[in-house]
Amino acid sequence: MSVRELTYAQAIQEALAQAMDADPSVFLMGEDIGVYGGAFQVTGDLVHRYGEDRVMDAPISELGQAGVAVGAALAGCRPVLEFQFSDFATLAMEQIVNQAAKLRFMLGGKVNVPLVMRFPAGSGTGAAAQHSQSLDAWLAHVPGLKVIQPSTPADVKGMLLAAIDDPDPVMVFEHKLLYKMKGEVPEEPYRIPIGKAHVAREGRDVTVVATSIMVHKSLEAAATLASEGIDVEVIDLRTLRPIDTATIIDSVKKTSRLACVYEGVKTLGIGAEISARIAESEAFDYLDAPILRLGGAESPIPYNPELEKAAVPQVPGIIEGLRNLVRGRM
Amino acid sequence: MNAVGKIKPNARPFYQKYTASQLKDALRKMYLIRRFEEGAEEAYMRGLIHGTMHLSIGQEGSAVGATMALRNTDYITSTHRGHGHCIGKGADPKLMFAEFFGKEEGYCRGRGGSMHIADVSTGNLGANGIVGGGLPIAVGAALAIKKQKRDDVAMCFFGDGASNEGAFHEALNMASVWKLPVVFVCENNKYGMSVSTERSMAVANVADRAAAYAMPGVIVDGNAIADVEEAIAEAIARARRGEGPTLVECKTYRTRGHSRSDRNRYRTKEEIEEWKARDPIPHFEAELMAHGLATAAEVTAIRESAEAEIAAGIEFARLGTDPNPSEVTRDVYSNEAA
Repeated sequence: MSVRELTYAQAIQEALAQAMDADPSVFLMGEDIGVYGGAFQVTGDLVHRYGEDRVMDAPISELGQAGVAVGAALAGCRPVLEFQFSDFATLAMEQIVNQAAKLRFMLGGKVNVPLVMRFPAGSGTGAAAQHSQSLDAWLAHVPGLKVIQPSTPADVKGMLLAAIDDPDPVMVFEHKLLYKMKGEVPEEPYRIPIGKAHVAREGRDVTVVATSIMVHKSLEAAATLASEGIDVEVIDLRTLRPIDTATIIDSVKKTSRLACVYEGVKTLGIGAEISARIAESEAFDYLDAPILRLGGAESPIPYNPELEKAAVPQVPGIIEGLRNLVRGRM
Repeated sequence: MNAVGKIKPNARPFYQKYTASQLKDALRKMYLIRRFEEGAEEAYMRGLIHGTMHLSIGQEGSAVGATMALRNTDYITSTHRGHGHCIGKGADPKLMFAEFFGKEEGYCRGRGGSMHIADVSTGNLGANGIVGGGLPIAVGAALAIKKQKRDDVAMCFFGDGASNEGAFHEALNMASVWKLPVVFVCENNKYGMSVSTERSMAVANVADRAAAYAMPGVIVDGNAIADVEEAIAEAIARARRGEGPTLVECKTYRTRGHSRSDRNRYRTKEEIEEWKARDPIPHFEAELMAHGLATAAEVTAIRESAEAEIAAGIEFARLGTDPNPSEVTRDVYSNEAA
């Protein structure tokens, strides 16, 4: 299998193209995903390659589009819906939470809702409070949905292809700052299973469970801490629902320390769930220190660039937090 | 032409295009719906079933009239007041009762209840507990039909109240922009729970709103099955020809309250009585007999056979299997590992 360097956005586009090549029931829908190429140029020129029937520009009707995706999925299609910003999921919550997530259950297992919704998420672009949120934990709270947050070009391609294959609704959170990140991506189609975390860096002293862009910030922090003799294990959670608890438990039993690093608001975020799962597990007895959560500030995302940085975990703060955790200065 | 006699050549299309047996089957479905709901209500009163339910008694003309010209492969999306649509599309009342009773034999294996009963095998994509929830779903099903190059249609039932939801606007606009085979069937029963259409809508008719989506908006007497069926048949034909969606507004009335909690404080006894006098079932019976398509004895036999089927359905449901509490998370996902 030949491997090239692609950006995260190109890897998504390749996955979408390969999914459409393999299965005529797959189609894309969203706002400005046609000739415009998508707000983040993810769909790019796909409309020219696959036509307007398969790369459908939709009216600015997020609730309606989500419902159309549900209905099309019920009737035998595999829609992939792009939200222009993940914040706009709030406009479509009815269809996502009440319909997509529950129809299979409510109808006694007689139907499937094989749809994918893609959500450009996160801060760092100066787009302020209504275009920068991380609402992944909101959707991960809903049984019936699967929620993934791939952090690398290779992962996003493989997980998106797995999501499109999946018989259930899969929500894909893509951090906007990752779109231009480059990485090696195999050319052929391949799948990375939903529900499996990835140990991005092995270490002995502390386990960091990170999501999305925080995986990269945590790896950067780990590189610095290595020079201080602190050996950090970084787990890329990759899937928020279902959570791969086993991988985290195994790691904590090895390192005896746990930190959760995520961009969503800290309170009631994914870190709370991971902390609770460890507290409930046999790994609790292995802990040598309290669990550390580094999450987003208890505020909307501000506009001013310095304030914006201050609202989510940054590398220096992660280094300091992990150093204190390992050195026993909590 | 039929068991009783030849239909007059000047009879309206509804009485010409269906055989007497098909028309009598439609009457039977109306009775099944009426008796199903009366049976459900009684079972509730006797404490045999719990939860709530929304009865459509008085609206059987639109439910059966709208579904008569549909094929099995056509879809419907239904509402919280959806028992009639479900039976109209071909569901078996005994499996609906089993659902009501929360049994494994029920259409949703006891997981859905009254508000989610649906026989998926007849193209019913679900009753819906969210007002307006089915509107964009029907548009999506119609989009799939178009992509799959089928000539089926998606029929979307909704009420006057749903037409005040944002989903209504988004759904009708998309259906029209993309010329999708949707038949929007509004059952306007005058009240969104307790608030009348006069108090909640800026226009007099839901059909008036069709102009905003450049689609035909048709108003019919929802209690006259022939009126409903003829308007819907035209909308279905238009959709099958690829000419896009139609909005048909059936003016009707629910003679029961909104749900179990309703104390009828928002309408008068006189109004209810006035609409009871326009009951769609006797209206249809009278027309069938006037056209010589059924005798009084046949009508009685149809009613009694529907009553027997409903009684048997309740008995079937009572004897059904209770779900196992250890299986509470079953069917949340397709593969249970998730």
